Amino acid sequence: MKNKISETKQRRDFLKTSAILTGGALLCGIPLAGAYAGGSDTIKIALIGCGGRGTGAAFQALSTKFNLKLVAMADAFPDKLEKCYQTLFTKFGAEKISVPNDKKFVGFDGYIAAMQDADVVMLCTPPGFRPAHFAEAVKQNKQIFMEKPVATDSPGIRSVLATAEEAKRKKLNVVVGLQRHYQKNYREIIDRVHQGGIGDVIAGQVYWNSGGVWVNPREPNQTEMEYQMRNWYYFNWLCGDHIVEQHVHNIDVANWVKNKYPVSAYGAGGRFLRTGKDYGEIFDSHSVEFVYDDGSVISSQCRHYTGGGNRVDESFQGTKGKIFLDSNNIGKIWDHKGKVLVNYEGKGDPNPYQTEHDELFAAITAGQYKFSDAENGAKSTMTAILGRYASYSGNVVTWDEALNSEISLMPDRLALDALPKVLPNFDGTYPYAIPGVTKVV
Amino acid sequence: MRPLSHHFKSVLLGVVLFPFFTFAQENDFKNYTRELEGTELKFDMIAIPGGNFNMGSPATEVGRRPDEGPQHQVKISPFWIGKHEVTWDFFEPFVYKNQEISRSKIPLKPQVDALTRPTKPYVDMTWGMGKEGFPAIGMTQYAAIQFCKWLYTRTGEFYRLPTEAEWEYACRAGASGAYSHPSESKLEDYAWFKTNSSNKTHPVGSKKPNPWGLHDMHGNVTEWTYDQYKPDTYTKFAGTVAQDPVVPFETLYPNSVRGGSYEDPATDLRSASRRGSLAEWKQIDPQIPKSNWWLTGGTFVGIRVVRPLVPPSKEEIEKYYNREPIADF
Repeated sequence: MKNKISETKQRRDFLKTSAILTGGALLCGIPLAGAYAGGSDTIKIALIGCGGRGTGAAFQALSTKFNLKLVAMADAFPDKLEKCYQTLFTKFGAEKISVPNDKKFVGFDGYIAAMQDADVVMLCTPPGFRPAHFAEAVKQNKQIFMEKPVATDSPGIRSVLATAEEAKRKKLNVVVGLQRHYQKNYREIIDRVHQGGIGDVIAGQVYWNSGGVWVNPREPNQTEMEYQMRNWYYFNWLCGDHIVEQHVHNIDVANWVKNKYPVSAYGAGGRFLRTGKDYGEIFDSHSVEFVYDDGSVISSQCRHYTGGGNRVDESFQGTKGKIFLDSNNIGKIWDHKGKVLVNYEGKGDPNPYQTEHDELFAAITAGQYKFSDAENGAKSTMTAILGRYASYSGNVVTWDEALNSEISLMPDRLALDALPKVLPNFDGTYPYAIPGVTKVV
Repeated sequence: MRPLSHHFKSVLLGVVLFPFFTFAQENDFKNYTRELEGTELKFDMIAIPGGNFNMGSPATEVGRRPDEGPQHQVKISPFWIGKHEVTWDFFEPFVYKNQEISRSKIPLKPQVDALTRPTKPYVDMTWGMGKEGFPAIGMTQYAAIQFCKWLYTRTGEFYRLPTEAEWEYACRAGASGAYSHPSESKLEDYAWFKTNSSNKTHPVGSKKPNPWGLHDMHGNVTEWTYDQYKPDTYTKFAGTVAQDPVVPFETLYPNSVRGGSYEDPATDLRSASRRGSLAEWKQIDPQIPKSNWWLTGGTFVGIRVVRPLVPPSKEEIEKYYNREPIADF
């Protein structure tokens, strides 16, 4: 026990040290403000991660009114890269898609070269790779769009936090795909909360209860690494579990409403319905209470059950009223007696997945430094990981011990013939967390 | 929309949907309840006799739009139509094979097992409005047709979407006014719409039915038809009697939906009111191309199925179901 405390202290000292080290990077920061001020230059973008989300993000970037050109692409798999390329080329043609074969980078390390010719990089791989990709992008002084979540474990979060500081010093715009921040109903209602519209927020409930997502069964001749990569949603080093990959959206809204991050979490979860060998190691359900330093409690539920009643939304109660939000552009405020004060129905509001790119590229084109989403992206992702630690362990887990955990989920080596850390049992199922047994921090 | 005889050769679908020889099976033509074999799921189909009606609305009708005219005579062949809008209870086992398996006491037939199913939606497509007994919502017209194919594969009976003309004929149930209920009664007793819905869907069949026993033809969810929506469709029929008209499929948008929904004002629930689907109904879909299966913003769109008294040939049925979706950028 004593040993553990001193380890924790050492880790904190390490964190301080690394913060000081990154501080040194300030000296060689290269602000890019002004680079596109004339608006006539073409902005070159590179896409890192060419799956469904990467294809969508590139499409949305290229659909902004600005002068963009895709110049390089990287993915672990050639078929994913080529399908994405064909989709984008079909839509935008050679004028906007200029990716010759020698700018299509396949494999785990292709991102480094793919970034080199670009002004803006789009980081859209499964989240486990994000910390390394984000670090490289900032090292190369790129402006950045990166998808949520931004990591899957605590070392990854610490890396992203350190890189976020460096990005701020270099004045690199960073937009994170927590697109509710770019959605009108969320902006308007939460602004009012921050102005005291419902008093102090003392409780809340956030949900992502839905039917679950795609699954890619194992195919013959796949290495274990390729199988996990192609069925990535079900492996924590890649995905973080659905409490991180999906529910981070709603948990992030809780942090946004509270304007702070929780100090601890306690919860439960398990694999009750989705138990087959195609479903890796993630839980099908989590139920977590997040406690903030003012004693307020936000309860969070996320589950992947195909039956039963679904909901994906957020509610919060304050000393003077309450609010409701959902991603279908709805926002409501009531006073403490239940009288409706605001009934926001934003039918036809802009697509927030588009708005986040419109605003990012407007800032870049104008030579403005306007977006620094990475720190909140990392801390909201950390909150979701904290929730996973709580449901996996069954214990109260504090923010500090979660953030400082040295447990890394990432494989020691990234290659299709390398082994991930979690491997199948003899029957093809995977070991998964057992509360009271599994060590999470 | 042209009378069948005008495009008999060029548009095979007209033949698929509306064979002329309808007398053969009329002895069995009555309401029925169909159980999905091996499950506790069952649905009610109402027999709608063939007949003539006046399609569209008069210029004097309150809320009327130009696309509802001119009024013209339409002759409809007999069919069955769902007593209710399709609920999630049926749509989910179609979407999620694992749920169909867990609801079934017997193994799925190989041809059911092999069906193409919708991609799993990333977001919750019920939008928190309720599932058991509530209308399924937010599916594309393509998904709605594939749902019909699932029903066909399970039952051996040819289910499909109604045509606009069949839909309006069934909605009117013989009434010529703006709504199917008597003018002295209140729409609130028959329909969920903007005034009484609290901006959400409600369990199917929780309001009074129309004179032919169909619930929620007005309101709750607006219902897919098979027709391409064209605002000037009716102008081509002035002074004629159209036999089983249908406007064939040419483009992804717009297709016709009918009946209005929980979020519409009363005038949009009128029997003659028409609306075309829009690309914006997928506004918040982050994928590219956008989903073939889901209308991420189409929370107000649902399905009611139809079964013609005389089914077309097996080849024609296959052709109806196996239409390739158009990529949606």
